Amino acid sequence: MSALSESRLWRGTTWALGRLGLSGRTLVIAVPMLWLLVFFLVPFIVLGRISLAEAIIARPPYTPLWERGPDGTLEIIASLENYRLVMGDTLYRNAYLSSIRIAVISTIFALLIGYPIAYFIARSPEPRRSILLLMVILPFWTSFLLRVYAWMGFLRRDGVINNMLMSLGIIDQPLVMMQTDFAVYIGIVYTYLPFMILPLYANLVKLDDALLEAAGDLGASPMVTFFTVTLPLSLPGIVAGSMLVFIPAIGEYVIPALLGGPDTLMIGRVLWDEFFSSRDWPVASAVAIIMLVLVVAPIMWLQSVQNRQELD
Amino acid sequence: MTETALAATARPWRDAAAQPFISIRNITKRFGDFTAVNNVSLDIHRGELFCLLGGSGCGKSTLLRMLAGFETPSSGQILIDGQDMAGVPADKRPTNMMFQSYALFPHMSVEKNVAYGLLREGKSKAEAYARVAEMLKLVKLEPMAKRKPHQLSGGQRQRVALARALIKQPKLLLLDEPLGALDKKLREETQFELIRIQESLGVTFIVVTHDQDEAMTLATRIGVMTDGIIKQIGEPREIYETPNSRFVADFIGSVNLFEGRTGDSAEGRLRIETEDLGPVSANLPADQPPATGQQVWLALRPERVALSRAAPANAANVVPGVVEDVGYIGHMSSFRVRLANGRILRATQSSRLQDEDPISWDEPVFASWSPAAVRVLSE
Repeated sequence: MSALSESRLWRGTTWALGRLGLSGRTLVIAVPMLWLLVFFLVPFIVLGRISLAEAIIARPPYTPLWERGPDGTLEIIASLENYRLVMGDTLYRNAYLSSIRIAVISTIFALLIGYPIAYFIARSPEPRRSILLLMVILPFWTSFLLRVYAWMGFLRRDGVINNMLMSLGIIDQPLVMMQTDFAVYIGIVYTYLPFMILPLYANLVKLDDALLEAAGDLGASPMVTFFTVTLPLSLPGIVAGSMLVFIPAIGEYVIPALLGGPDTLMIGRVLWDEFFSSRDWPVASAVAIIMLVLVVAPIMWLQSVQNRQELD
Repeated sequence: MTETALAATARPWRDAAAQPFISIRNITKRFGDFTAVNNVSLDIHRGELFCLLGGSGCGKSTLLRMLAGFETPSSGQILIDGQDMAGVPADKRPTNMMFQSYALFPHMSVEKNVAYGLLREGKSKAEAYARVAEMLKLVKLEPMAKRKPHQLSGGQRQRVALARALIKQPKLLLLDEPLGALDKKLREETQFELIRIQESLGVTFIVVTHDQDEAMTLATRIGVMTDGIIKQIGEPREIYETPNSRFVADFIGSVNLFEGRTGDSAEGRLRIETEDLGPVSANLPADQPPATGQQVWLALRPERVALSRAAPANAANVVPGVVEDVGYIGHMSSFRVRLANGRILRATQSSRLQDEDPISWDEPVFASWSPAAVRVLSE
């Protein structure tokens, strides 16, 4: 490193970059910045621009942003009509609300199931921990789509669960599980559970045993210790895990499409319908942008809360 | 008569009839094949500041953790104030612990940390925080009440940990290396601070430490541990002046150890034949005089060895040698004297005794010591 930093070529390059106002630090940041710019900001601007247009039967299927008037003046054609439509229509509103509800409930279940698992792994002796973690990550080796299809095999009318319960004589009519919200919850919780477990584990594994012993020593029962020490200290893990489940769950398309019924309304499906069935790109874009705002706003709020806590 | 009575109340362990406050009876703790604590028995009295002293891995922390209830003994019994602690979980014991790492709750302010134990007892918030304020005053931390642990210095954290452990007025406070994380100067100040607090509250302290100076300064009595057993229990002076084994003699302070064989005894003096020092005259050990011809070791503290240029008259024990090394430490000098057969004898001389013309390198000298300075050890 030092040999490199002292070489003439190195010094020449840094000097030249310095003249351009670029230091090594800016260059390192430039790569992710460029990535975000090309794959996030540009598509977002395109989407925003389409959402202001009107659907027409053409290619591309929306009105241009500006037009030359007959007198040669430049006319900008943009309206918030699509937003008004999306926000005013109960169909969209119900789809948003239902998406949020499904995402919230799935996140809560993922937390309730994931927390004990993460806690158990974090408290296991070292060699066993790696094996248990591997088991959590293992399903990712199989395609996501395949795993959702596998659930259909379980939940079907003549699926594994119904067959088993019937042969055990617990039920005599097959349970209707497919094409219900229940199946959607199962699919989402199952799929995103590792995203809950991993950040929680990373947090809980750092928890100092001495803190738990200190709480016990001061008269806290194991239960009280959990609620006064373990849980507050694992809050950052809970927030991170919940975000990682909530965000993909709210826009989920595949799981409700495969496991959900016709009345499982989720914004991902509405989006798909608008884009591909109705070919109304402007409305679909407006739907997408509103969803983005709905998801990003609470995250930013949480971030600011966390920052404030750290400043304390 | 009055003097012995006084001594007995101040030092209850000297009174065989006194009821101990804590009784550790034949405690053993095994982790798999490893025996961390091996059949230890120990009585500790109310108001004592007892130090468990030993190197790392000697079992002192395990013993402390068994008292706190974090480890279950493999066998044996612990009584605190007459109550058997078997099956009593940590949160139900009349003990509190100050952890080596302090284990302060990082998400709570200083006062919340200190109040934690009281609130678990079901005390009202008002009452708890009034007590917290008193306790913070005792440890001189009132202005820090609203701070979080990470905003405090090491010494302040140590005091928060102490306050938190003391607030429930435990019958017994267990301290695991309480001063280990502090720098030397702060440690010395804090030692006396700990003694002040312990005496003002009258709580029984058991302190685990690897630092012999700390143990000597703090303790009413010391238990020296190695390999899971307690080698010797005694007041600091006893441990230092009359160690019962080579291990204890060597562990506490520095010592010259020489091997020898017991010879005749007469008039309270015991003759010991050694290869390194020739015949040595020692005071006959009062406890158990060793049989003639038995292998023993002589422990001789460096400060008990006098050096002189001329052979001293009437000295019971004299050996000639050459000064190989002198270390001037300020209040004293430490000498390494090479004996005729090449062995080294360490001696220290107070600076007060050698104002003019101090003994220096390569000088032939005579080392002498009294029979009382020799401690005869059979193990």
